[in-house]
Amino acid sequence: MSITVKFFASLRETIGKSDASLDADNITTAADVWQIATDNHNPISNMLIAINMEYASLDETVKDGDEVAFFPPVTGG
Amino acid sequence: MSVELRGKPFDPWQVLQAYQNAKPELAGKFGATSIFVGTMRDFNDGNDVQAMTLEHYPAMTQKHLEAISSEAEQRWDLLDTLIIHRYGEIQPNDPIVLLAVWSAHRSESFPACRYLIEELKTRAPFWKQEMTGTNSRWVEHNTLG
Repeated sequence: MSITVKFFASLRETIGKSDASLDADNITTAADVWQIATDNHNPISNMLIAINMEYASLDETVKDGDEVAFFPPVTGG
Repeated sequence: MSVELRGKPFDPWQVLQAYQNAKPELAGKFGATSIFVGTMRDFNDGNDVQAMTLEHYPAMTQKHLEAISSEAEQRWDLLDTLIIHRYGEIQPNDPIVLLAVWSAHRSESFPACRYLIEELKTRAPFWKQEMTGTNSRWVEHNTLG
């Protein structure tokens, strides 16, 4: 098992990748996922986070098998 | 309740007619149908816009549009709801979203339809990238309703 990471829209371009797969060791929160997946890029202001497709915050717990997504404010409709 | 994401252009009026025809159980029960169609403009934030790409997070989009529909059905006395939303390449004048709400009375359908579009715009993970001349830019915020 591992943690799946996804980046969307302008965040994908800023970080330079659309997804990543991380070993769950040493990961406790979404903030840890961000730091490892982005090589310590500073968090983007107003970015949104989803864990298993539910909105979450950076300090929320992440476990093995989770899918964590980072993206800018949404603009559908 | 129906939620559908489409990668190709669609005619909202034909879709609506077909959907309603396929639901004979609604006939005679609804007295109000409130509809919202969102269509791509050829201008935004002071610039001409030639085309747009609508990116989304497919499974999360479907999940949240279904959640928003369920919330509306719990909050108002509705007979049915329909959400169809585009993704992919979009041209000016193309419909982006179709929302329809059926209820016995307008006092239920109007606020429910408004709820669907406002919640969709703040919760459903879609992102617009506009082509303005030779440049492209991400739309960073929704326009005021």
